[in-house]
Amino acid sequence: MKTYKSTTLFASFMLGAALCGAGAAYAAKISISCGAVGQEYEFCKTGGEAWAKKTGNEINLVSTPNSATERLALYQQLLAAGAPDIDVFQIDVVWPGTLNNHFLDLAPFAKDAVKSHFPAIIQNNTIEGKLIAMPWFTDAGLLYYRKDLLEKHGAKPPQTWQELTDTAKKIQDAERAAGNDKMWGFVWQGRAYEGLTCNALEWVASYNGGTVVDKDGKITINNPQAAAAINTAAGWVKNISPEGVLNYTEEEARGVFQSGNAVFMRNWPYAWSLAQGPESAIKGKVGVSALPKGGADGRSAATLGGWQLAVSKYSKNKELSADLVMYLTSAEEQKRRAIKGAYNPTIESLYKDPEILAAAPFMGELYDTFVNAIARPSTPTGAKYNQASNEFWNAVYSVLSGKAKADASLAQLEASLKRMSRGGKW
Amino acid sequence: MATATTELADRALGAASIAAPAQKSHLTRSRVRAAWLFLAPMLILLAMVAGWPLFRTIWFSFTDANLSDLSSAKFIGFENYLAYNDGEWYGVLADGEWWNAVWNTLKFSVVSVTIETILGLIVALVLNASFPGRSLVRAAVLIPWAIPTIVSAKMWSWMMHDQFGILNHMLLGVGLISAPLAWTASPDLAMTAVIMVDVWKTTPFMALLILAALQMLPTDCYEAARVDGIHPVRVFFKVTLPLIRPALMVAVIFRLLDALRIFDLIYVLTSNSKDTMSMSVYARQQLVDFQSVGYGSAASTLLFLTVGLCVVLYITFGRVRFDGR
Repeated sequence: MKTYKSTTLFASFMLGAALCGAGAAYAAKISISCGAVGQEYEFCKTGGEAWAKKTGNEINLVSTPNSATERLALYQQLLAAGAPDIDVFQIDVVWPGTLNNHFLDLAPFAKDAVKSHFPAIIQNNTIEGKLIAMPWFTDAGLLYYRKDLLEKHGAKPPQTWQELTDTAKKIQDAERAAGNDKMWGFVWQGRAYEGLTCNALEWVASYNGGTVVDKDGKITINNPQAAAAINTAAGWVKNISPEGVLNYTEEEARGVFQSGNAVFMRNWPYAWSLAQGPESAIKGKVGVSALPKGGADGRSAATLGGWQLAVSKYSKNKELSADLVMYLTSAEEQKRRAIKGAYNPTIESLYKDPEILAAAPFMGELYDTFVNAIARPSTPTGAKYNQASNEFWNAVYSVLSGKAKADASLAQLEASLKRMSRGGKW
Repeated sequence: MATATTELADRALGAASIAAPAQKSHLTRSRVRAAWLFLAPMLILLAMVAGWPLFRTIWFSFTDANLSDLSSAKFIGFENYLAYNDGEWYGVLADGEWWNAVWNTLKFSVVSVTIETILGLIVALVLNASFPGRSLVRAAVLIPWAIPTIVSAKMWSWMMHDQFGILNHMLLGVGLISAPLAWTASPDLAMTAVIMVDVWKTTPFMALLILAALQMLPTDCYEAARVDGIHPVRVFFKVTLPLIRPALMVAVIFRLLDALRIFDLIYVLTSNSKDTMSMSVYARQQLVDFQSVGYGSAASTLLFLTVGLCVVLYITFGRVRFDGR
């Protein structure tokens, strides 16, 4: 009798616990992974909290590594284990092909919202008919320059890489002679990681050297224009760029530029609002332009970047997570992010919004750059993109660090890409 | 001379000889049973946390497993290691990058362990001498070893930063260099930087092990040497070094095992280019970045075999004995 009693007691206790659990699930806690490059984390937090307040749920922010390569590695481990810890993932524009198996089809949740975004990005995020991620903000490589220094030394924003090299060298030497011995000409992202692939693709494409792998999966990188482009970049190291640039990611480059120690910087749009922020040493002295051309017959090329939001298949609150994604990618939220953080909207109509254009004039001036940005070859290489990109940045890195000659390195790259793709079949 | 150590070792062996079935009396057998019983939890735990993952890795190395879907792995034999296809060799053993990683790891291990042993020996000798505040210094020396590797790697990467780093600032101040060095970025310096930080971090470990050996040395032969007026340097090479050799060899093995699987320091400190890639970094890249669990497991298995081979060679040629004689 006594045992029976204690069993009922236990059972009712368990029932109570279960009910409490169910009650807690009603106001769900959604975990979202946010980047922490620049002000990303702040914006993710304010946006997420606004949604939480509106819908009566809770939000939990997970901060992730700054390097895109390391972030992908973390995601792959979490997703391969089927971990439900993170509901909403912030993913790079080149990852849909690698991670598509783990994400939910968002089309039923997005409905008409899809049409307002740039079709190219929506297409990029659609794998095998499933819309696996919603565009959040788009990116393209930009050239930042010091307006004040260019004026002081009577130079104009450069049109070609050669002009950039000459201007940078001239101003760097003059400034150093004037006692500013920490001054460098040009900082960019040279660490052996995904960012170097973005930088190097811009050089190669601006010399009309292709995009490493073309639309049909053919390997095109081993050509003289590409070698010339990479040789030009290798000439910057130790000349107008510090040797340390070979270990810089976005934030290290911004650190040098924003403390006033560089004339030019290649970076994404996010650096704009920080360089113009109240704590910046160069507030009001920054100009932005499209990246230089390869030569007289070259073109200005910017790598397409940008981040998307996807909902994990392993999430315990799929509908709420999708709702959060729709909120964060809405026109209203993208406008807030564009004005306060210079994150480029993915909604076409926002580029005509006067408030946005007042806060970040370059979004209007460089509209063509954003629309015509060059995609990394993630579509033809599919699941092998990360591996191919790794080969590419390592090949470029060995030239930049002076370990190899560009033509030899590219020939070797071609061979290893052929090997990886079993003859371009991927 | 070595009686003290021998005696100690004998006592230790006495405890171990329970398991030796010299006379199978009832008592011996029950003691053997009891010994196994006491050992069982540890053996089971070891099999679970070390044996099972090792077995699984070796199994995966013979499959085409992919991280995005582990369940669909098929057995493919030795193809991950070496395969011949259309006039080309594939597999880890045919990959130049793998051999580059092997070479980097061996270079790193030999150089760092050598420097650590020499510096550790010096530190241990200093700490063995009695001077005021000795216990404080002994504790202070251990700090680098107590800091987690990730933290110290990050700390050093800021100190070695080419633009704002304190290291360049100090060297420039003293006038040793004329322009800031890109410690972690320059291909010629990156490996040196990794070795420097590793030496900074693990010298205390070596010093501690050697100090323990020094403290067990008998004092009588030192007194005899002093009476005979032998030069201290000669005493060190003729008395101290031979006496602490067994402990030193074991300490070197520990460090060598650790150094051969170096990962965290290189991953955090350098740009992860081919110049500093170690075997572990290579295996992780294949496993996680490229999702080829099969191929990566083959690399891990080869890493395991390489470490095993190095230790066997070391024990054989170094005539290391673990019984302390």
